[in-house]
Amino acid sequence: MAIQSEIRYLTPPSVDVKKKKYCRFKKSGIKYIDYKDPEFLKKFLNEQGKILPRRITGTSLKFQRRVAQAVKRARHLALLPYVTDLMK
Amino acid sequence: MNNYETVFILTPVLSEVQMKEAVEKFTNLLKSEGAEIVNEENWGLRKLAYPIDKKTTGFYQLVEFKANPQTIETLEINFRRDERVIRFLTFRQDKFAAEYAAKRRNLKSAAKETIKETVKEI
Repeated sequence: MAIQSEIRYLTPPSVDVKKKKYCRFKKSGIKYIDYKDPEFLKKFLNEQGKILPRRITGTSLKFQRRVAQAVKRARHLALLPYVTDLMK
Repeated sequence: MNNYETVFILTPVLSEVQMKEAVEKFTNLLKSEGAEIVNEENWGLRKLAYPIDKKTTGFYQLVEFKANPQTIETLEINFRRDERVIRFLTFRQDKFAAEYAAKRRNLKSAAKETIKETVKEI
């Protein structure tokens, strides 16, 4: 069995360096998330219109709750769909 | 006297006059209840993200006002009774929301002025 070091890879294994996630609200100092503009809220939804988890968007817990609250209000007012496909 | 904002959707079946009259009805109701209307916006006919009772478009109307909590109850009862309104949401603005709304209003009025100026120049 070839020794580990002998194995040559065609392309170097790309270990993506751990990008430090930051909460975009704290950084840009946004204090209030408006439920009335769906364009901004779409950044936090995936293609099916579901809310993205914090581990992907990196937002802090406090603002994730506000985003979720705003998205649910927008859905109530039919500004955002509850479920859809290929929304973007 | 807290700040509130309410958005409601009217059925697209209404004619222009009926739509205006419906909006008037609610604003007058608020005034009669002693509320102070800060700002009114009409987003006009917009496509809904999903059909609400078989309709795919609706007239959106936003009203920002200052009122004491009792008036909200009567407002919502009237919303429920009126069959022209297919969806409504009232929202109490905390201090961040109020700040944001104020900024948004200045932005809008500033935008209107620029349009007026450009119109004058032409």
